Amino acid sequence: MVRSGRYTRLNVYLLILSVLQLNLHTVEGVWPLPQAFTSSTERYPLNPQAFYFGYGRQSAAQQGCSVLDSAFRRYFSLIFPDYTDGRLHFSQYKPFTVEVSIDHDDCEGYPNEDSSERYNLSVSAGQASLKAETVWGALRGLETFSQLVYQNDFAYYRTLLMLNFPRFQFRGILLDTSRHYLPVQAILKTLDAMAYSKFNVFHWHIVDDPSFPYQSSSFPDLSSKGAFHPMTHIYTQSDVRRVISHARLWGIRVLPEFDSPGHTTSWGKGQPGLLTPCYNGGTPSGTFGPVNPALPSTYQFMARLFKEVSSVFPDSYIHLGGDEVDFSCWKSNPDVRAFMQKMGFGSDFTKLEAFYMENIVNITSALNKTSIVWQDVFDYHERRSSLSVVEVWREGCYLCEVRRVAKAGLRVILASPWYLDLPGPTHNWARYYTVWPLAFKGTEEQKKLVIGGEVCMWGEYVDATNLSPRLWPRASAAAERLWSDEKQTSNVDKAFPRLQDFRCKLLRRGIQAEPLYVGHCKHEYQGV
Amino acid sequence: MSTTLKFTALLLALSLCRGLRHDYIDNYIDNYIDEVTEEEAELVAQPSKYGSLWPLPQKVQLSEVSFKLTSSSFRIVDAKDSTAGPSCSLLQDAYRRYYEYMFGIAKRQQLNKGRRTGPSELTELQVWITSPDSECDSYPSLTSDESYELSVNQPYAVLKAPKVWGALHGLETFSQLVYEDEYGAKSINSTTISDFPRFAHRGILLDSSRHFLPIKVILANLETMAMNKINVFHWHIVDDQSFPYLSRTFPQLSQQGAYHPYTHVYTPADVKMVIEFARLRGIRVIPEFDTPGHTQSWGKGQPDLLTPCYSGSKPSGTFGPVNPILNTTYDFMSQFFKEISAVFPDAYVHLGGDEVDFTCWKSNPDIQKFMDQQGFGQDYSKLESFYIQKLLDIVTTTEKGYTIWQEVFDNGVKLKPDTVVHVWIGGGSNEEMGKVTAAGYTTILSAPWYLDYISYAQDWQKYYKVEPLNFNGTEAQKKLVIGGEACLWGEYVDATNLTPRLWPRASAVAERLWSAKDVTDINDAFSRLSVHRCRMVDRGIPAEPLFSSYCPHEYKGI
Repeated sequence: MVRSGRYTRLNVYLLILSVLQLNLHTVEGVWPLPQAFTSSTERYPLNPQAFYFGYGRQSAAQQGCSVLDSAFRRYFSLIFPDYTDGRLHFSQYKPFTVEVSIDHDDCEGYPNEDSSERYNLSVSAGQASLKAETVWGALRGLETFSQLVYQNDFAYYRTLLMLNFPRFQFRGILLDTSRHYLPVQAILKTLDAMAYSKFNVFHWHIVDDPSFPYQSSSFPDLSSKGAFHPMTHIYTQSDVRRVISHARLWGIRVLPEFDSPGHTTSWGKGQPGLLTPCYNGGTPSGTFGPVNPALPSTYQFMARLFKEVSSVFPDSYIHLGGDEVDFSCWKSNPDVRAFMQKMGFGSDFTKLEAFYMENIVNITSALNKTSIVWQDVFDYHERRSSLSVVEVWREGCYLCEVRRVAKAGLRVILASPWYLDLPGPTHNWARYYTVWPLAFKGTEEQKKLVIGGEVCMWGEYVDATNLSPRLWPRASAAAERLWSDEKQTSNVDKAFPRLQDFRCKLLRRGIQAEPLYVGHCKHEYQGV
Repeated sequence: MSTTLKFTALLLALSLCRGLRHDYIDNYIDNYIDEVTEEEAELVAQPSKYGSLWPLPQKVQLSEVSFKLTSSSFRIVDAKDSTAGPSCSLLQDAYRRYYEYMFGIAKRQQLNKGRRTGPSELTELQVWITSPDSECDSYPSLTSDESYELSVNQPYAVLKAPKVWGALHGLETFSQLVYEDEYGAKSINSTTISDFPRFAHRGILLDSSRHFLPIKVILANLETMAMNKINVFHWHIVDDQSFPYLSRTFPQLSQQGAYHPYTHVYTPADVKMVIEFARLRGIRVIPEFDTPGHTQSWGKGQPDLLTPCYSGSKPSGTFGPVNPILNTTYDFMSQFFKEISAVFPDAYVHLGGDEVDFTCWKSNPDIQKFMDQQGFGQDYSKLESFYIQKLLDIVTTTEKGYTIWQEVFDNGVKLKPDTVVHVWIGGGSNEEMGKVTAAGYTTILSAPWYLDYISYAQDWQKYYKVEPLNFNGTEAQKKLVIGGEACLWGEYVDATNLTPRLWPRASAVAERLWSAKDVTDINDAFSRLSVHRCRMVDRGIPAEPLFSSYCPHEYKGI
């Protein structure tokens, strides 16, 4: 059944490809660029009074499907931004129906690493038919449809045939809520904007050195002592649930990161004994270093914390961090050194770190979670087989590192070229666009191990005051790289007017996306 | 993956990008690198003994004695002998504004009637305008007296100022002295302050041509300027890209030259609103109508104003700077600036004059003929000079003073002695400041304060460390430096990112221009500025963070 469906889609794909060259200019409005489509030049008016979403008769999902029901409501307002209820007038418009059909009823589930986001969209006079394997694919299709509707005073559409699917399955954005606290509202708004660019993973770097805003039910002291403020600068369990459920409705996975053993200063405040006491000569200096890997209590604590985290966050991935561990404190501590002796690590502290990370990875594996680590862990780990997914973040020849990881048979997420917290004239969006994630020597199998990429918005200089304009539309450049076909999207000059147009669409939807260069949007941002 | 290492990583990234340099990665990158390499020390936030005062007043005496302030009993009132009474709406508006800043609009509902005030409560701030003319209904000017004296003590605090302008600054200072204790109660310490600005011209340039800025954004930034004691809004209102100023005399200029003739224009009512809003905050509005270059958008609604460029012997269909050889040009300019001088009350207009490209003039045979007639030879700066002088004469008849960008001076244009020269080229520009002042001209410094250039880390420190008088010259020359301006050009800036890009970086410039020369302690500045930025956030202004940290009330206007 599914197989035959695929077969038909393949035919459509071939048909579309054959006419693709001629029609590229007619769907300039969609960002990221769909894989294959063909469209007509004549346009038809679309009227909110006679516009309907519905489920196909064969669809596995029917009315009552929470994801699609709420998507219909959202996309109606996005398609008709000026529509206000109650302006009834009798018009000559013919009705238009968007009929959505899904192969699998996954309406109440969460998107995951295997979720298909593929869809077929065909728009003809009076109706559109959107077919997808999953509701997540249907969400991407609805987004595309909403971008296809012209908004010149009145709404118009063109007939069209499209097959679309992402190039990479993991397309993420990292927000850092430790260096600055981001109000939940700012996170939700970012999730909305992510969906507009078809991002599907929110990597929540929720805690770090400066603060611990996650309110743990097992260890409430972590946030009551480690947050910037124990009442106002925390994420309660209900905040977290709200983020996860909002993300789900937009087809976005929430990937939590609890980074250790480094980047944990704030953890120590609410969990005495967790961090390594640093020594100055023969006495403790009163400062603390990374998590203390020599104590059994550390692993008991981590097991409980990760047990909680893995039940709070439904995603099958969990990010364990493992980056930038400073060994000087470990070196200074006599107990840590004694432990090194006992374990036969000599004076190689990377072995101690590997030992620690392996324990943490085992804890999460036992909880049925796939762990992601920053590349540092891969670099010093001898028994790499225990690792699953490695995130490459360091500058320099990042593709060399991608190749090394893929050669070791591990999955890779690429972040190095997309550190968007570094500001710059917006036109450097091209820097984020001209990234070629698979331009390394390797087999097809190895390239398949590159599961995607991620935009990182670290928080040293970013909070709710400047997050949105710093993120958008630059992150959208990365989004197209991760979704679209590379050959069709390698030209910056061709992309520029499309991205400009898309940026105005973001503004129209209330996303504070900064300008690419001089010019204007029909509806400028009206906030401050 | 995020902290110290990233710094070197950034440099690597940039050099990589230069390798695959692209059309859209232009020479901004060079600037970008310069700025980034200037590594800033990491600062430790120790509370300053001056609390959160910004810019730091000239003389401050603080004591440990503190008084409570409650929204139910505290009032700002006119002193009995003040020359500005209840009819001075400028002050009445300011009283309300600062009351709301201090206590919040919502909290005013919680009136606690019949509550007796304790002995350690401060219940009144009396505002006393001391000179016979309070200037309540005037416009602020270059020579306005902005000084004030503030004494916070029981039974009431007194703010004394010769003019309303000083009183406005004093109200801001008073509001900065108020702090919240851990129970949320407002307190203020007994304090004596005597304050006046170091420089008279403390400006911010906003560019509404490259991107249209909705009025709301301009007003919010005027509001923020007042919080930083900035007193000049330099409105770079038109340029090549668009002409949003709706001229009553020449409505075609915006009809044809704006991005959109209705939604992307400033109507006379808009302009009036901006000017009055600014006046009520002690801010001058200096409009800039830049000519003869930067005028592409003028040409759309005013045919024949621009020089037709030639390709060989035929007009190429493109246009260059304003055509300086036609009488019609000067007729137009007379009428236009007559309108401008009536619409904008400030004693100065900015006439631009920067970056004039001579190639189009060179290509045009009529211009060449004119050059010959005038005996200019091939020296096009003489032609520029010819144009500018005629323009200056025109503007002089409107009884306005004028400011011009430095090239006009550099090109040897004969200027009237009262011309203000605006220095913008080269990050340091000390040499230029020496030259301009040696020639006897009044000057404004902007070169080190181009805030549209952005970089990673704390670039506010770089703006802070500038010393405007750090050039070779006599005392008399240094007196000619009347101040400076932070410029936020609009190529990459519109309403979406203007406010966080401007604040608190422009605050660094504000303190440099207001406070005494020896206020240079960067750690103390960091501490005060961190709280000052949170105060701006609390007042609804999305001022971006200086470094990892938090504000008690984060920005909620998402």
